[in-house]
Amino acid sequence: MYRLTDQPIELNELLAFVGDPAAGAVSTFIGTTRDNNEGRSIISLDYEAYPGMAEQEIAKLGEEAAEKWEITRMAIVHRIGNVPIGEASVIIAVSAPHRDDAFKACRYAIDELKKRVPIWKKEIYRGGEIWIGSQTGERFTTPPTPSSG
Amino acid sequence: MKVRVKLFAMLRERAGTADTFHDVPEGSTVKDLWDDLRRAHGGLAGVDLRLLYAVNSEYVALDHRLADGDEVAFIPPVSGG
Repeated sequence: MYRLTDQPIELNELLAFVGDPAAGAVSTFIGTTRDNNEGRSIISLDYEAYPGMAEQEIAKLGEEAAEKWEITRMAIVHRIGNVPIGEASVIIAVSAPHRDDAFKACRYAIDELKKRVPIWKKEIYRGGEIWIGSQTGERFTTPPTPSSG
Repeated sequence: MKVRVKLFAMLRERAGTADTFHDVPEGSTVKDLWDDLRRAHGGLAGVDLRLLYAVNSEYVALDHRLADGDEVAFIPPVSGG
């Protein structure tokens, strides 16, 4: 399950998807929207994605994790649009025969998602708004290797 | 030849457009198209970010050669999660 949604993400839906009699562990990561960043008091966050490519890149994370570790099933759902403070912007669930693989695959998926999946967040804060990652002077220093596919 | 240009987030706001079609000469690269866009949209001229580029939803290098009908996305630093 690799998808975007403009609705609140349901953790139980992901857990049901990754549940499997062959799994001995389920690891989850929930990214939530924080009310402060670098001194700014944040009201809400707006997420934008490149539809199609974002889901495709998210699915690649699952394929890569399955090559690196023994996992049973994986689900990644990212929310798009306005997300109020304290709600989940992304949830990852991974089932695996053993916990070490589940933990590692889950960590890999969120770390890589933040590096290369075409999704952007804009902070709406008291006094303004800002695209995170595109602040003046800030540069993206670790572009991914272009895919040959 | 004609290509479709997708701009996102900060680039979309700077250009005032998200999705447009552009005529480019045969043999044009992603860089040639980006240079054209910066001339066409004053708001993009001052962009000083390390961008990523995708053609038909796959990341490519700046010197990637375009083909007629390509969808070219200019991707500012991502910040999902």
